[in-house]
Amino acid sequence: MGTPMLSMDVRRFGQTTAVVDIKGEVTAACEPMLMSAYEAAGGSATSRLVLNFAGLEYMNSGGIGMLVTLLVRANRQRQQLAAFGLSAHYREIFELTRLDEAITIYDSEESALDGAVR
Amino acid sequence: MTETAGPEKVRSADQIGLSAREAAAPPPRDAPPRDDGASWARKVDRLEVDHRDGVRGTNVAGRRLTGPVQGFGKMWQKTYRMNAGTQITPEAAIAVWREHFPEFWPKGNRFAGALTGINPGDVALLDLAIGGGVKLSTGVFVLYADAESFTLMTPQGHMFAGWITFSAEREGDATMVQAQVLMRANDPLYEIGMIMGGHRKEDKFWVATLTALGQRLGLPAPQVEARNTCVDTKRQWRHSRNVWHNSMVRSVLQTLAAPVTSLSRHRHGAKSQA
Repeated sequence: MGTPMLSMDVRRFGQTTAVVDIKGEVTAACEPMLMSAYEAAGGSATSRLVLNFAGLEYMNSGGIGMLVTLLVRANRQRQQLAAFGLSAHYREIFELTRLDEAITIYDSEESALDGAVR
Repeated sequence: MTETAGPEKVRSADQIGLSAREAAAPPPRDAPPRDDGASWARKVDRLEVDHRDGVRGTNVAGRRLTGPVQGFGKMWQKTYRMNAGTQITPEAAIAVWREHFPEFWPKGNRFAGALTGINPGDVALLDLAIGGGVKLSTGVFVLYADAESFTLMTPQGHMFAGWITFSAEREGDATMVQAQVLMRANDPLYEIGMIMGGHRKEDKFWVATLTALGQRLGLPAPQVEARNTCVDTKRQWRHSRNVWHNSMVRSVLQTLAAPVTSLSRHRHGAKSQA
């Protein structure tokens, strides 16, 4: 498996919300990293996980599959999954794969967090 | 709006137990960033279909695509993997697979794609043997294709909602070729069918496909390893009404109605000539 060209940082907002800043290339090879970031974001203690894709440079279909796996994990814990920072290209991919029906997409971090605490 | 205590940056990549190689931010590059712009299909709301010879071509036009989120049954990840040896590169293996995709399908099943092979945005029509002389007519959409992988996504009415990714990569000196299905049965009828032998039949189908690919790549005795993981044991009952689009039920009805349809068409043609 190739070297993941990716970094992830986790920021927490209060007890229930966490933002994961994703930078680089999202492929199936990044699954262990994303799941580690999920745990670092509080695991099941977090009620809302927000993914920041502003630093996303490349994503293949394996990357989309990995997001579905994360979504299943979040659903199992009754957590909401949201995203922001998607370029028009990646927003179109979310719509094409109909992932946008399960992961709410926001235009900005502010609106994503606002949605989180509303 | 509630007050939030933050942002509190709690963990960086290396604090969450990643290797130094993975945690480097930004990651070191010896190549420019990859561009996936041409690899993804353009957005479509409903599928459009061209006529293709040799298949019935029903149950696809006007249908929406369905991913694992829209399916009904338990969610499965099925991985079929083959060691293609040291002589072939991942890119060469995928090029052969993309160009000759239908030729590797087991006998009795038809894949009618574009003449140019597998390209993003293409719609292929399928006739699948389901026994009793009945063909299940459905299709697939090419969601993604690049030099190392390609992905097919299914429409409403297909046996499963999800996608299949075909890929190849170097592992040590060898090239590993893989087909990976991420799916949920599309509706309750298909879910029953999967339990009653559908999973076994699907395993057989993809093992046969990879074996045929291995033979084309020159392997003397291709060995395919299959691994099935249930990713989500929950069924999504809110999607049980997907059964309305069930292509198996519709294909059976279309097969039964075929003599009447053909006679009606014949009569209409005779009238027009008179």
